[in-house]
This record gives sequence, structure tokens and C-alpha cells, in this order.
Amino acid sequence: MSVNYLEKLEAEAIHIFREVAATSKNPVMLYSVGKDSSVMLHVARKAFYPAPLPFPLLHIDTGWKFRDMIEFRNKIAQEPGTKLLIHVNEGAQAKNITPFSHDSTTYTYVMKTQSLRQALDKYGFDVALGGGRRDEEKSRAKERIFSVRNHQHAWDPKNQRPEMWKTYNTRIGQTESIRAFPLSNWTELDVWRYIRKEDIPVVPLYFAAIRPVVNRDGVLIMVDDDRMPLENGERVEEKKIRFRSLGCYPLTAAMESAASTIEEVVLEMLSSRTSEREGRLIDVDETGSMERKKRQGYF
Amino acid sequence: MQSDMPSRPIAPAQRFRDQENNSLLRLLTCGSVDDGKSTLIGRLLFDTQLIFHDHLAALRRDSAKHGTTGDEFDFALLLDGLEAEREQGITIDVAYRFFSTEKRRFIVADTPGHEEYTRNMATGASTADLAIVLLDSRKGLLPQTRRHSYIVSLLKVPHIVLAVNKMDLVSFDEKIFSEVTAEFQRFTSDLGFSSICSIPLSARFGDNIIHTSSNTPWYHGPSLLEHLESAPVKSLDITRPFRLPVQLVSRPTPEFRGYSGEVAGGSIAVGQPVVAAKSGRASKVKEICTYDASLSEAVEGQAVTLLLEDELDLSRGDMLVAPQGRPYVSDQFQAHIIWFDSDPMLPGRSYILKTENDTVDATITALRYQIDVNTQAHVASSILRMNDVAVCNVASQTPLVFDSYQDNRLTGNFILIDRLTNRTVGAGMINFALRRAENIHWQALDVNSQARASLLHQRPAVIWFTGLSGSGKSTIANVLEKLLHARGRHTYLLDGDNVRHGLCRDLGFTDEDRVENIRRVAEVAKLMADAGLIVLVAFISPFVAERRMARELIGNCDFVEVFVDTPFEECARRDPKGLYAKAKAGLLQNFTGIDSTYEVPDNPDLHFLTVDKTPEELALSIEEFLERRSG
Repeated sequence: MSVNYLEKLEAEAIHIFREVAATSKNPVMLYSVGKDSSVMLHVARKAFYPAPLPFPLLHIDTGWKFRDMIEFRNKIAQEPGTKLLIHVNEGAQAKNITPFSHDSTTYTYVMKTQSLRQALDKYGFDVALGGGRRDEEKSRAKERIFSVRNHQHAWDPKNQRPEMWKTYNTRIGQTESIRAFPLSNWTELDVWRYIRKEDIPVVPLYFAAIRPVVNRDGVLIMVDDDRMPLENGERVEEKKIRFRSLGCYPLTAAMESAASTIEEVVLEMLSSRTSEREGRLIDVDETGSMERKKRQGYF
Repeated sequence: MQSDMPSRPIAPAQRFRDQENNSLLRLLTCGSVDDGKSTLIGRLLFDTQLIFHDHLAALRRDSAKHGTTGDEFDFALLLDGLEAEREQGITIDVAYRFFSTEKRRFIVADTPGHEEYTRNMATGASTADLAIVLLDSRKGLLPQTRRHSYIVSLLKVPHIVLAVNKMDLVSFDEKIFSEVTAEFQRFTSDLGFSSICSIPLSARFGDNIIHTSSNTPWYHGPSLLEHLESAPVKSLDITRPFRLPVQLVSRPTPEFRGYSGEVAGGSIAVGQPVVAAKSGRASKVKEICTYDASLSEAVEGQAVTLLLEDELDLSRGDMLVAPQGRPYVSDQFQAHIIWFDSDPMLPGRSYILKTENDTVDATITALRYQIDVNTQAHVASSILRMNDVAVCNVASQTPLVFDSYQDNRLTGNFILIDRLTNRTVGAGMINFALRRAENIHWQALDVNSQARASLLHQRPAVIWFTGLSGSGKSTIANVLEKLLHARGRHTYLLDGDNVRHGLCRDLGFTDEDRVENIRRVAEVAKLMADAGLIVLVAFISPFVAERRMARELIGNCDFVEVFVDTPFEECARRDPKGLYAKAKAGLLQNFTGIDSTYEVPDNPDLHFLTVDKTPEELALSIEEFLERRSG
């Protein structure tokens, strides 16, 4: 009997979930509706089975997520033993900050970073579990599994605690909080392999289908509802597309694809050789932008 | 360059499924600054095709901006992900990278070369199965090479590879390679590695990375990747005694009581006997519960929930173990400690000690010797500074369950946490339990502190005066004692100077001696309060940590912290013993307020601003405070 690599990654994640439950006062799991969140939820249920999840899920909604994501999320919320909290930065919504009226940096800061901070403060969560992986981005590659945030939810990359073995230092001061990342050592490929092996449901947008898109500055944006203003000369086309990662629909680039199963998606991923965040318009401004966002309190 | 063309075909869908059963190898790269660690990993990722196109585009931009390799890719930039690192051109922190081949999935910890970041290097080594130590073939073995090899051995990484890099710059000279290999073998042969291997490389040009290179026809060993793919991953040794550190007790319903954790050693099957290590009580495994199914057997590395036949009193921090082959259960042990923090480790100071699943208060009772990591010579030392390694005796407030680190890396480790800042200040690898802990038991006495106090018709207390030298601690304490005595109270005044003539005659004024001084006085005060007395302690006691330790040690008796707050200038002006004058003249070392710090109390029970107050007024207000206590 031996434990293969995927089982080892799963066991590591379970250990982290349990450590959070055993040592924190008021934990929460960030739920973004994407494939990593699907894996997180599945592993969390395994960690505490047969007990229900000892923490609620928190979705930071922006009002601009794909409709398919919201439908999927609402279905998940119905499942037994699942408590879902939804937070929207209503102040910003009232001021009509949208991905069309503001640049992506401002929009992301207000609707995601600031909104997350509001929600964490509102409920007084001391530990927030997230699906971040070290293979996503360079600054993530250096982040600890238990990552301390100061009273303003900011990360100080130069002052990280040494993290030895699986002996995690979960102690924090009164105003500090922790971000815990059970999937730190997983790659995008591992996530897909695990989804296939465990037959975990994910949002259908990950698989190719005919969908309405416009080509904006060389990027395919799906027209998910009638709030999207068309610019001069733009026209809506029907294309077979899918998404590699999911966020707010106006800020998420689609790719033309025929891959409609996990195997096909993975095969396409391996041969395309572009990283997953390429489809996220919020990261492309410049190198180091993720680190800066995280210092401001982005997850 | 061998890397312009993809050297391995892309895995098709079938392989995607097959690779599910691959093994996992965790490795770290270390070595001195500029030996090319980041370049080596960048090369491994590039040649196994895991650098994505948009990362490459960013890399091209960054190479032009910060790079040191002219028009070629600077692979190091790919890994040094933090902005500060790119600016400084060094690797501050561990970066975790992932790649896989058809045979194996790899987790690489790229660790920093600078000595001041040794703690991050130890972080990477703590979980690794294999270490690649790089060196520059032009420079040979450097102190940092030895230092890292030693730390890798201390953390019991089983396999070590010496990557003799930059062979292109010495014309692939075989002699240079064999000399440095021989020297490395001599140095590492008694460090306890399962395998030691040495490979000539050029990380920049890819020689002997994926394939063996035609530039080194004299080398007959494997390429680096071949070696990584074939190095034995710690084979599952199910003959080791069973260990399940209890992480969580699961009680979803009154009928269900499960003990959750990851098996840290050996295996277990339904029906087999287990023992709760702390209580020694035995039971049998009734069920091995997981989300997928109930298992008949579980092995090391699996996260499970065990149900037992009997109800044992078992909580987080305890361990379910094999009845034959039990771990140590002790509150005193010897360990190797690596110190991480900029504040030095002081023997006698109280730290929080955390094992994988248990947390206790602990102190280093003796620093037996420090180890010079370059020569492994034993050096006498009284404190530990950042990056120091030492063998220490440790005492915990309650017993811990552990193995020797040699036998089990998971159940033999701990970290030390600073009580005030919560920083991880050190890490330890346990050698063995100290026997004396088992043979000294607390003697229960029939006449207890309550009985003694009631005979004296008073409520015992410890009044702890803290403040700078010359602030008026002893003067106020002296007046207070007279007041209490006049009221028929039984008292004793422990004065800093007086105690240093006897009990603490052997101690000086360094930080570590001050800590020990306070520990002894706190213990004496505790005994006296236990005898029923009102104890007055007048000590500078400059550190928050020790004042807190005293408060906790004295425990269930009243502890009144009095901060005698007299400005430094005023103390220096009064200078009742002429010490300030001496210290300012440089005749007195480690003088509080001058070249030794005084940490102001955050939240004292009484805070006296002494200027314009007489000692009598202040003493009276303490007496009133004592009288106001209930009971």
C-alpha cells in the first residue's frame, strides 16, 4: 500500500483544514465559485466528515460575476451542512463603480480588496481559508501556508515567519488575522486531475460551448448580460469558447476552444503553454502587481 | 544550448491519467550566493517545459531591465518573485516551484544563499527528501556550502547532491570536479546521509541537467534530472511503530467520537490495539473512517479519523500509538535548536513550544553547547543569536508526547514562539527525554498554603516593584514593609542588591543573567507566599517576558505589579549609589537605561509617577490597595 502524489497533496490540505478548525476562534472559507473553490469545498468536507463544515463559506460578490457562476453558487448553498455568506461592497455599488466605468485597478481594489476587508471586519473572522496556489504567480510562490495579515489585512512579504514541517504557528495578535492556503502546493494540472478523479462538479463555463462574445482590443469578452455597452464597430459574435479561470465577466478573457471534457481541457492547456492568469485582465498591467495587491489586502 | 528545442514530448491525455499514480519528491536547492540556484531551477522548469509563454514574455522584459545575462534569459528573475528581491538581485525567501516528468511530481524549495536568511533555508529543508547543494566550480567549497550541508543533515534530509555548477567557466575540467567532490565526501561522510552524489553542471547552458553532456565525457553518472527521478523517496516503512497525533476530536453526534489526524508513522488496521500515549490507557480500533469509505487499514501519510472500542480521555495534543514501541512522554528533553530571531534566545525565558499538535509553555533550562556549523566543533555559549545552532535542555510545563527526531521527523520536531510578538523564533529537533523528569514527582503536603495563611490571619501576596535603578523601588518597599509590620502583617522584602550578595552571587548583568536572576527570585517569592507571607520584591526586572513569567509562576496567589516610574534624568540626578556616574564614564557595562534596555510595563496594577511624591504617600496607597482586596 502506498500513497501517491495526489493523495499526498489531499492529505496535506486536509491537515491544514483541520489545523485551522482546531486553533482558530472564528474561521471562514473564501468561496469564489471557481474550480479551486470546488476543490477546496470537496477537501474540506473530507477533512471533517461525518461532521458538517465547522465554518461558513464567504463569497465576495461584485455584481458582475457570470450568471452561470451565480446559478452554480446558489445550488451549492442549498447542499446540506453548507452555510454561505455573500458580501457586496454596497457603498461602491451605490456609487456605480463598474468594470466599464472605472479602470480595472480601481474596480478590483474597491469591489474585491476593499469588499473582502469589509466582510472580514464585519464578521470578525480570524482565519480565512483560500484556494490560492503557489504556481499561480511569482509572489504567491513565496507565501507561507499560514500567512499573517496585520490589522489592515496587509501582507508583509519581508517579515514572514519561518514555516517548518507541518508544525504551523497559528498564533496571532488581537488585531491580526491569518490567510491559510490548503492548496499551496497544488498546480493547475493537479486541480484538474483531482476534479476528474473525484468527479467534482465545476461551473460549465470551463468547458467549450457556443457563447456570445465581442472582440475587444484582441481579447474575447463574453456578453453575459445587457449591461455590457458595445463600442463603435463592435459586434456580438457566436463563438465556441471556454474559460481557463473565472472572475467578473467583463474582465475575464475567453479562449476559442473545442475542449468540452476535462481530458480535452488539460490536453489543450498542456499544448497551449500559457499560464492561467493570462485570461485575468487585472494582472497584466505589470510584474509585481499581485504582490502589491496582496500588500493592500487582496486575497 | 540544448534547450531551444523542447526536449520532452508533451504528455497526452492518457499520460495525464497515468501520472495520477506518480510519486512525489520534495527537494530543496541551497548553496552560497551567486552559485546559480535560481538559474538551475529556472533551467529545470524551462527544459521540462513548464514555463508558460506569458511568463516568458514577462521574463524577456525583466531580463532587459534587471538581468545580468545580456540578451539571454536570466532564469533567476523567473524565481525571485518579490519586488525587493528583483531590485536587490538576491533571493530573500523560499520560493516553491513545481514540475513533473513522466515519472515523478516534484516540489522544489528554492532557498536563499545569504547567511542572514538561513531560517528560510531551514524552512525549505524541513520537508525535503533531497537537497541539491550548489557550488561554483571556480570557488570550491565555501563556508556557506558547509553550513547548508550541515543544516540539511541536521534536519535529516536523507539524500544530498552536490551540484558542481559553472563547469563551463573552468573548461569542464575533470580535475577540478574530482577534487571538490573528494573534499565534499570527506566533509559529509559522517553527517548521516543515506546517499551522497556529485554532478558536474552548467545550469546556464544546460549541461548534465536533463541529459548527460558531451562536454563531460569523463563523467559516467546520471544527469541531474535522471538522479532526481530515481532517488528513492523515503519508502513507506510500515514496520515503524504506529503514530497518530490527534489533531481534532470529532463529535458530530453523541454516539460518534472520532480522533482525526494524519498517520505520522507505521500503519494501523481495524481490530488492532492502540494506546493513548499521555494516559497509557489502551483500546482497540473499531473503525477507520474517511469520507470515501471505511478503511480496513491506514498507513503513514493518510489523513483519517479513528474510532475506538472504548471511551478514552483523549484530546488534541495527545497521540494514539502502538502498544509495543511507545513514544516518550516527558516534560524534559534534550534537543538541537536552530535560532531564527533577531532577539537572542535566553535560557530561563519562557517561550511557547508547539509540536505538530500540542502547545505548551517551555523554557530552555540549559544551553549545553553551541555548534560551530562550519567545523561542527562544540563551543561554550550562554545565549543563542540568529542562525546559531545549539544543543539544549528543554523543560515544558506539562508533559509532551514525542519521538527522537532521528526516528521520526514528524513526531520529533517543535517550534518555539515568542509570547509577546507570536513570531516563530526557533525550531527544535528532539534527541531524547531526560530521565530526571520521570524520577522527581511533586510531593503532596497536608499543610497547604491556605492553612498556613489562615494561621497568620492574612492573605498572602507578592508585590513586585519594577523600575530603573535609583527610581525609588527599595525606598518605597522599605516604607511599605514598616507600615505592614506595624499592622501585624508577616512580610519579607527581597531586595535586588541584597539577593545578589547571596542566592544570585554567581550572576552578572548580561541579558541572560538578568533572566535567570528574575527566575530565581520569582521562585523564592513563590515559596514565601506559599508559606503565607506578604512578599515585597524590589528588582529592576527590565524585561516584560520575565515579569510575566513571575506573575504566571506565582499563579493563584495575588500578584501586584508596581511600576515605579521615575524619569531616567531624575534617576541619574539622584544616583544614590553613584552607579549612573560610573556607567556614563564607561566603567560599568550592561547598565539599565544606558546600554541595557528597560521595557516599560504595558498594564501594571499600580503605576507611580514618583516626581513630587513622597515614599510614604506611595507606600500608603499600596497598603490601601492591599486592604481593598476582598476576603
